[in-house]
This record gives sequence, C-alpha cells and structure tokens, in this order.
Amino acid sequence: MSRVEIRVTISSDQDIVLARQKGRSLALELGFSSGDATLIATAISELARNIVSYAGSGQIALKDLQGSSRVGISVTASDNGPGIPNINQALRDGFSTSGSLGLGLPGVRRLMDEFEIDSKPGQGTKVVVKKWRP
Amino acid sequence: MEVPILKQGPVLIATFQAALSDADLNQLRSALVQQVVRFRSRGVIVDVTAMDVMDSFASRTLREIAHIIRLRGAETVIVGIQPEVAFAMVQLGLTLEGVATALDLEEGLAYLNQKFKTMK
Repeated sequence: MSRVEIRVTISSDQDIVLARQKGRSLALELGFSSGDATLIATAISELARNIVSYAGSGQIALKDLQGSSRVGISVTASDNGPGIPNINQALRDGFSTSGSLGLGLPGVRRLMDEFEIDSKPGQGTKVVVKKWRP
Repeated sequence: MEVPILKQGPVLIATFQAALSDADLNQLRSALVQQVVRFRSRGVIVDVTAMDVMDSFASRTLREIAHIIRLRGAETVIVGIQPEVAFAMVQLGLTLEGVATALDLEEGLAYLNQKFKTMK
C-alpha cells in the first residue's frame, strides 16, 4: 500500500534536477539515511536522464512502499520513446547508444535493491526500481 | 544558476551550488575554459562541496573540463566531493579517472602550488 505518490513530468534537464530533489525529500521523509537518500537521488537522476536523452519526454513517479515489516521507496521511470531493442546488452556495463550518456542502467541497478525493466522497440520503456530502508 | 568563478592569482576557483542542471554544467565548462585563456591561469579548482548528486553527466563534464584545461597547459583539481556522493559515484562506476581530487579548497590550493613548483 502506498500513501504518497509524486509524479514529475520529465522533458528537460531542469526536470532531472526537480525529480531527484523530490526523490531525496521523500526518501528522507520515509526515514532513509542521508547516504541512502543520495543513492536514491543519483539513481533518479540517471533514470530521468535516460528519458530526456532517449525518449525526449516521460515521467518519474515516486511512491512509498509500506510492507508488513518494512518501509521502502519505489521509483518508476516511464516513457513512450523508441524502447530498448536489446535489454540484456543495455544492462551490461559500458553500454550506451547515444554516446553522450553515462553508464546508465547497470549503475542504477547497483544503487538500488530491486530493479525491473520492461521495454519493447516502438512501445517505450518502463523501469521500476525499489530501495528498502535497512 | 550560473557557477561563480573567482580569480586568485594564477588560480581560478569555481564553486558549485547545489542543484546544477546540465545546461549550467555546460555553461561552466565554456566559462572556465574562456577565463583560463583570458587570465593565463595555471590552475583551476572546482569546489563541489555543495553538490548533493554527481551523476554520469556531471562526472563526465568535470572530466572534460579537467582534460580541456590540461591541453591548455593548466592543472585542474576537484575538491570537496562528499563521502556519500563518492559512494554513489563508485556504485555508478564513475571514478573521475585521470582527474586530480583533494579534500577541500585548502588542500586543492596546496596541491596546485606543489604542481606549479615542479612545472617551473
């Protein structure tokens, strides 16, 4: 069950900054340490950048996760861009098709606890990442 | 939000504010390179103490700044990377390889002064 849902429309580099600031605030509100909040904000920054670089525009949705015995945060990055033709390749370190990007998805995966990706060519990309409070 | 650049003798000091967008970073890169040429600076310190997130774009831009300035014959040192930011950077695989770093402004200046002596 989620109590909070924050949606940020991503269409420019300014929105990347906004999304990661909102993510950090929510993480701190949920009781994450400032170190974990930095990891979460960094992951959001990378996901939002992928949206701007590859799809042009999309959305970041931030939610709290209320488990029976634990609390976490979930970040969903979705777009209607070109999609990723080869997901396995995109999840390998050092892979980038735009040339201007960083390491992207494998790094985001390391920053968070759970990582799911759904992408089909021509149908956009959806990445859901979660981090649980220790 | 433009990054202020201070001139202190042969050194330029750029101090990052918290929330820099990609456009701000690109602007800083051109401004620093122009000023290094204009003032014939020998060293540049980029103080990132206030930066709360260093993602792949910021990291790559800093590396580019350091490399461009080195080609110009000057040295760059990045100072003040916060411990949690450093932790996130390593997880992302961003190591700023080939770029000098120092604890803070003071250590950065000491590093550059040492460099200037050996460059003479």
